Amino acid sequence: MNRSYEKTFSVEGGNFDNAGMASIEIKKILKDLQISDDVVRKAAIAVYESELNIISYARNGHITLYVTDDAVNVDVRDEGPGIEDIELAMKPGYSTATEQIRQMGFGAGMGLYNIKTCSDRFEISSTVGEGTHLSIKINRNGQ
Amino acid sequence: MTLADIAKKLNLRVLCCTDRLDRVVSGGYVGDLLSDVIANSRAGDIWITRQSHRNIVAVASLKEHAAVILALGKEPDDETLEKATDEGVPLIVTNLSGFEVAGRIYELLTRS
Amino acid sequence: MKLGDVIEILEAKLLAGDERHRSLDVKTAFSADLMSDVLAFAKAGSLILTGLTTSQVVRTASILDAAAIIIVRGKIPAEETLKLAEELGIPLISTRYILFETSGRLYANGIVGCVEKIGGTANGAS
Repeated sequence: MNRSYEKTFSVEGGNFDNAGMASIEIKKILKDLQISDDVVRKAAIAVYESELNIISYARNGHITLYVTDDAVNVDVRDEGPGIEDIELAMKPGYSTATEQIRQMGFGAGMGLYNIKTCSDRFEISSTVGEGTHLSIKINRNGQ
Repeated sequence: MTLADIAKKLNLRVLCCTDRLDRVVSGGYVGDLLSDVIANSRAGDIWITRQSHRNIVAVASLKEHAAVILALGKEPDDETLEKATDEGVPLIVTNLSGFEVAGRIYELLTRS
Repeated sequence: MKLGDVIEILEAKLLAGDERHRSLDVKTAFSADLMSDVLAFAKAGSLILTGLTTSQVVRTASILDAAAIIIVRGKIPAEETLKLAEELGIPLISTRYILFETSGRLYANGIVGCVEKIGGTANGAS
């Protein structure tokens, strides 16, 4: 498949000041590519939640955006503690967030669930002690 | 306006302490940050939140809230429900959003 | 309703944004202190009503294409948050009312919840 656009962003764990920077830049890129508002919004939300997860839990990570003719794809890889029980982590309301994260209004346990609902295809894999990998695909034609 | 009136008019589901629905609701408070709710809510408020952790019971009890409403279909943990029953804090759940349920209660309170 | 009417109803101040934002049309709102909930449930074009003042509120609003942010309890965000709101073109309003009163006043004037009830309709779910 033809990749018409690809870019990778680095995200530093623990750096809450910059949380959302990659998402906002990705949103701009997608708008410039004239992708529909609804698809842009879903992608931006999925990336933002992913970015927050890296900042909140991992040492560092990378978010790769690649756009093809029919989809917006986002690949998220982090180096961090990993997730022991993925099924539990996917459950709305389940969270291991610290008080610091909660005071910022995050850590309500909606992150992974929200990424999944924004995606047309969502895959997650994780190795405890190494890190987590998310693969997100949002179709450009709506379905 | 009592809790019973509000629960009936807005079709809310009361999970515990149904013997306390004669409580008068004097105001409302919407908040998800416990420190804010402790600092700024008043006795007699009906507290609308998305937090379901058992700490909400301690806050509602301490602040003498009329009841706690969990919005957008949030269900309390078993521990929370047990503690609310023990402490006599009515726990109410609704599928309405915080904005909607606050708006409707505000209308009921300002019209009565 | 126009954003200018919202500002009047809430006896509020426009802290970031300019005069042209006052003529913005608004119909829906979402009240929350949890940005996770805003991301999960709020819709494009909505007002976001919150007690938080961090820059994350502005970024969340920008990502969702929210109409404006209304900060309650008279809180004034830090200069960098206001600057970010200007940069991203998100009007930021501050009212002295609490979140309950703010929600109630807007509801009484015809603003509705951007999500009335749940039922598997988190953002992106079709």
